[in-house]
Amino acid sequence: MKTFFAARMDRCIGCQSCSLACARLVHKRLSWETAGIRIGSSGGISTGFEARVCLACDPPPCAAVCPTGSITPRKKDGGIKQDRKLCIRCGKCVKACPVDAIAVDELHNPYICLHCGRCVPFCPHNCLELAEKSAADLIQEEVEE
Amino acid sequence: MIRSDFRVMLVDLSARKTHIETLPGRETYLGGSGLAAMLFEKYGDPAAAYSDPRQPLIFAIGPLTGYYPLMSKTVCGFLSPYHGQYAESHAGGRSALALRFADMDALVVVGRASVPCVLSIGTQHMEIKDAPFLWGKDVFTTGKMVRRMFSGSGHRSILRIGPAGENGCAYACINVDTYRHFGRLGSGAVMGAKNLKAIAIVGDGSFPLPEGKTYARDFQEVYTQLTETSMMSKYHDLGTAGNVAALNELKSLPWRNLQATTDPERINGISGEKFAKDMLLRNTACSGCPVGCIHIGYLREKFMADNRYLYRQVAYDYEPIFALGSMLGMGDGFGVLGLMDCVEREGLDCMSGGVALAWATEALEKGLITEAETLTPLAFGEAAGYKAAIRHLGAGTNEFYRLLAQGTLKAARHYKGEDFACVLGQEMAGYATGETFFVSESLSFRHSHLDSSAYSADQKKQDKDAAKIVAGFVQDEASRCVLTSMVGCLFARGVYTEERMKTALISLGYQGVAENLTAAGEAIQKLRWRLRLRSGYDPLAARIPKRYTEIVTWKGPIDTVYMEELRQAYAARLLALGREESAGADG
Repeated sequence: MKTFFAARMDRCIGCQSCSLACARLVHKRLSWETAGIRIGSSGGISTGFEARVCLACDPPPCAAVCPTGSITPRKKDGGIKQDRKLCIRCGKCVKACPVDAIAVDELHNPYICLHCGRCVPFCPHNCLELAEKSAADLIQEEVEE
Repeated sequence: MIRSDFRVMLVDLSARKTHIETLPGRETYLGGSGLAAMLFEKYGDPAAAYSDPRQPLIFAIGPLTGYYPLMSKTVCGFLSPYHGQYAESHAGGRSALALRFADMDALVVVGRASVPCVLSIGTQHMEIKDAPFLWGKDVFTTGKMVRRMFSGSGHRSILRIGPAGENGCAYACINVDTYRHFGRLGSGAVMGAKNLKAIAIVGDGSFPLPEGKTYARDFQEVYTQLTETSMMSKYHDLGTAGNVAALNELKSLPWRNLQATTDPERINGISGEKFAKDMLLRNTACSGCPVGCIHIGYLREKFMADNRYLYRQVAYDYEPIFALGSMLGMGDGFGVLGLMDCVEREGLDCMSGGVALAWATEALEKGLITEAETLTPLAFGEAAGYKAAIRHLGAGTNEFYRLLAQGTLKAARHYKGEDFACVLGQEMAGYATGETFFVSESLSFRHSHLDSSAYSADQKKQDKDAAKIVAGFVQDEASRCVLTSMVGCLFARGVYTEERMKTALISLGYQGVAENLTAAGEAIQKLRWRLRLRSGYDPLAARIPKRYTEIVTWKGPIDTVYMEELRQAYAARLLALGREESAGADG
């Protein structure tokens, strides 16, 4: 099962095209916040950027605490599926995430990466990857031409 | 949010209160440049001083901001301390998208805080925190402290000033998110006069997108054009610094206070190619722009024995390389990065700061001033003296630096060095390309190389037809008014044709705006000129200093007769554009 990786974030230029694409294409919103991947500086822009995104925990602690079955584990390889209709906006998933990867909007709706990979083609520096966990290329040594 | 009215946050620092104003006029004023001018007409007083607490400091975005890539600029409108007239300055970073996501078309700051303060705004908050402890702090320290004072990393924009803005330097900039600036004409001093050290704009909102497939299709078309064609590659590759060697080759790069237009040796140390090979650390981008034109250079400095080093990251571009490099006779790129870093700390506009020190160096050489004035030796190519001078300029250490900080021409008048003051409306941009550019920058609205394509026109053979050139200036400005009202990056002007902007507007439901786009651009152009003239501008009085008549470009010596003819023709046309009776009618 393919999984999304913010694989090469040391290349990131902070354009946030990935977050904006996730908000726009997956969640039909214009926002920095309501997206499965969010980009921030790691302590000011001079220090580079980091992605706050689901790391595909297996099993996922957010799914374990979801009281309604709105968030459930994927069949394999970690990560979650989400059924928004079942969500009661209790916020337990947000607290359970160990890496602050779940965003909420002003109505407390949670936004989590669904590992769909729709953000990947919007990265101009090829920082992002959708791949089988075993095949993910987390460090790319060769210069791309 | 997509709306026909403008939603404007008006913050009064004196009263420590804010009002949300809903104002009509989208089809007429569009946003950005048009909206800033509309708001200055409403809140500003063209007859009062820039430091009058009532004067507004305006930040405006446009209808396409955030909805399309490279629609990532904010327009700052203010009464300039440089010339006492209405002015605009543009910046990127995250400021534009932060305003969009904070759900405001413009932020207007009026009043004056009783003590130095920091303003934070978002969709659900407005907070003014007293911050006297930040006064006197440089731009970088201020940025770091403001980051700690408020939450929201990555999803906010931090605007701040350095000592230059606090001390009323007429070309103090507002630094945006470390590497971008509202650079020119002194918006930083307007912030300083308000006792406003920094503004944090938190983009915490989320908005629905238009239904249907049209918007998604239009976005994808623009994105593909920007990223999969070669249209933008030069901005990413060497960046604007790629022009340094090209203009030197064309005998159009100002060297040593424009005593020369080319230097076959020193160019090798400061070309874009040299920067990319030896100094480029990485690129970064404005939010919403996949191009990533911001080039960050790496500077390693030994500060103590036993191999104790520190490193700095300094954004470079064509203009700072010109102003703090060739203009100061510098042939060492690392030295230039060091000067850029000093200018950033003080919160000075790099172009004005560099050109002012180039004038001071020649004035010192000629004996018009002495080291009693400069407090440090100044010599072309010597970085150490310039570093000290930059600090004096930011601090306003003595009368000489306080006068120089009001503008090179003001100091030049006092010390009798006007002939070699490289001032074209303000300290020149880095294009000694010829008559067309010199006239354009001297007279145009922002006194910017981005007001028209004059520097590009100068690089090609053209007829010396003043009427035709002036018509081109005027048409170019009107068309740029549309793009800077959306608000798009001017680097994307090849992608965002008027047709493309109309399609984009229609996809968002702005049918009426799209239909009125050309007329609105022309009306905004006239409104800006009316505001400029009302605040005291006399284009007929603008003069081009003697130095510009003495240079040689690839075309040969400057044709002074033609330059004067062009200057007079353009000045007369600007007076017509700004006539009061032209409001709402053809001028």
